[in-house]
Amino acid sequence: MPILHALQETFGHVPEDAVPLLADALNLSRADVHGIVSFYHDFREAPAGRHVVKLCRAEACQSMGGHALAEGLLRRLGLDWGGTTGDGQVTIEPVYCLGLCACAPAALIDGRPLGRLNRERLDAAVNEARNDWSTP
Amino acid sequence: MVDAMSTRIFIPRDVAALAVGADEVARAVAAQAAALGTAVTIVRTGSRGLFWLEPMVEVETPLGRIAYGPVQAGDVAALFTAGWLTGATHPLRVGRPEDHPFLARQTRLTFARCGIVDPLSVEDYKAAGGYRGLAKAIEVGGAATVEAVTKSGLRGRGGAGFPTGIKWKTVRDAISDQKYVVCNADEGDSGTFADRMILEGDPFCLIEGMTIAGLAVGATRGYIYSRSEYPHANATMRAALDIARAAGLLGRDILGSGLEFHLELRVGAGAYVCGEETALLESLEGKRGVVRAKPPLPALKGLFGRPTVVNNLLSLATIPVIMDLGAQYYADFGMGRSRGTMPIQLAGNVLHGGLFETAFGLTLGEIVMEVGGGTNSRRPVRAVQAGGPLGAYLPPSQFDTPYDYEAFAARDALIGHGGLVVFDDTVDMAHMARFAMEFCAEESCGKCTPCRIGSTRGAEVVDRILAGRDVAANIALLEDLCNTMKFGSLCALGGFTPYPVLSAVRHFPEDFHTRNSPGRPLPAAAE
Repeated sequence: MPILHALQETFGHVPEDAVPLLADALNLSRADVHGIVSFYHDFREAPAGRHVVKLCRAEACQSMGGHALAEGLLRRLGLDWGGTTGDGQVTIEPVYCLGLCACAPAALIDGRPLGRLNRERLDAAVNEARNDWSTP
Repeated sequence: MVDAMSTRIFIPRDVAALAVGADEVARAVAAQAAALGTAVTIVRTGSRGLFWLEPMVEVETPLGRIAYGPVQAGDVAALFTAGWLTGATHPLRVGRPEDHPFLARQTRLTFARCGIVDPLSVEDYKAAGGYRGLAKAIEVGGAATVEAVTKSGLRGRGGAGFPTGIKWKTVRDAISDQKYVVCNADEGDSGTFADRMILEGDPFCLIEGMTIAGLAVGATRGYIYSRSEYPHANATMRAALDIARAAGLLGRDILGSGLEFHLELRVGAGAYVCGEETALLESLEGKRGVVRAKPPLPALKGLFGRPTVVNNLLSLATIPVIMDLGAQYYADFGMGRSRGTMPIQLAGNVLHGGLFETAFGLTLGEIVMEVGGGTNSRRPVRAVQAGGPLGAYLPPSQFDTPYDYEAFAARDALIGHGGLVVFDDTVDMAHMARFAMEFCAEESCGKCTPCRIGSTRGAEVVDRILAGRDVAANIALLEDLCNTMKFGSLCALGGFTPYPVLSAVRHFPEDFHTRNSPGRPLPAAAE
């Protein structure tokens, strides 16, 4: 797991080419390694957009209107969960609880926490990410 | 070095405070102090847990620490002008935090230091009573330590409520060349953040608790299994581990006592089921987080097949205070078989959300309405989900339930990890029941059929109910399916998903039975 986290941190995903190398180094079968990569939600098999917006879908955020907030954002961007905007700038991923449940609804944008979100604040943050061409 | 003339200003670095602008406030304070030529020392702390007041800034004054909140960067200049360095009055002034009713009503044992000390200062930790518990454990030895934990009545704070002392005794009595202590910090329940607050606000407390556990059961290695959703907590914990190793508080000869204990942090990868102890052990071993059948118990065959203590973070972080102040002191709090204090986490649509540590025994209504102040939206409370996504939804008619493991179980509800999520009257309980099934389907490890298939079929059945098709027959089918999941699943994920579903059906039948009846708007999906 620490190796997979390191790969994802470096490449933004766990490249398919890494699987046989890992299997060889750890004395596992390629099927074993593929099984581990595909089991965990975090590990992407393809690169994400430049910025990743993780929106919380769990109950505490739902109690503060998180469901409508998320659906609205996805609709405005024309995306489904896990989708990336056409310009490759922003990927919207679901997350189940960031531990910010007393400041709901919450999100994590490139590791930056945001709480007490409303449509205005969320749109502003996503637009800022869309117009930010630097790599986080 | 701290300048003697410099005023200390405490600003939380807890991620919930960062999420509402604490870093911007810290920058504004530094800039404004520089502009005014005033000497201030900014100390970044954990959170006191009054999240509706975050960012809550505390100033060290001759009157004691005076809090102001919620402070935004734009308020900082006015606060300096008003004279907050001497504790002067201002619309944002909260006063002495310990006098605030939300804190004054609490009994903080596990969270005694959180939000007060610099989380990465060993000196602060020791000055606030840290490492007295370990010194005591070293003095009395492993057997007496296990006995003290048993006598304290401490029960697993992760949800199952198993007596911690009995688990420790099983591991202590097991014979093996290597034993392990594993901290379950995979705090995936919505509405919970107590583990995260300790990781960010008082990490040495967990290190000390795990070291005591190692001494008590004869384990020389420990792992903390945390979540990838907690990057800030993990960064703080890693830094604390480095500091503890450098200070001789971890390693081969702790505090010169000859005690050996090595501790590492491991981070999961977004799988909720890894909060289940056997799936967690699989994941720690580098495998898919698939649940193991029990027996054998992890206490006998745990990590890498060796005897392993797997405890929730809150249980381990409570050990130092039990050893320091005594088992009886801890056991004197609480009611019935629920001894000591529970860090309750109030979240969701609640006016005063935050961490409320108190002895067991307050009623649910007192906690939600008096402590929490009702909903944030100021609408009536309709439901409270207790114990995370696998916990029951309780209506206000059950607000007389005392907060106690047995009293909750008698009403088919869970204390779990101490989370309470409040919903107002706009909530659609059929939608929440569907979400519970969908969540279980998404997070199922796939090993057992009732959970893997049952959750998918369950979501489909709720969809039919939502669409108004054969409602009565489908509700009977849903109840039947829930029974199969409850008794046929290998672990709590499939076994407890029926709690939120069935409690929603039982307590809020009007959301299920009257779909599509005249006068009720169509659900969104049917529009």
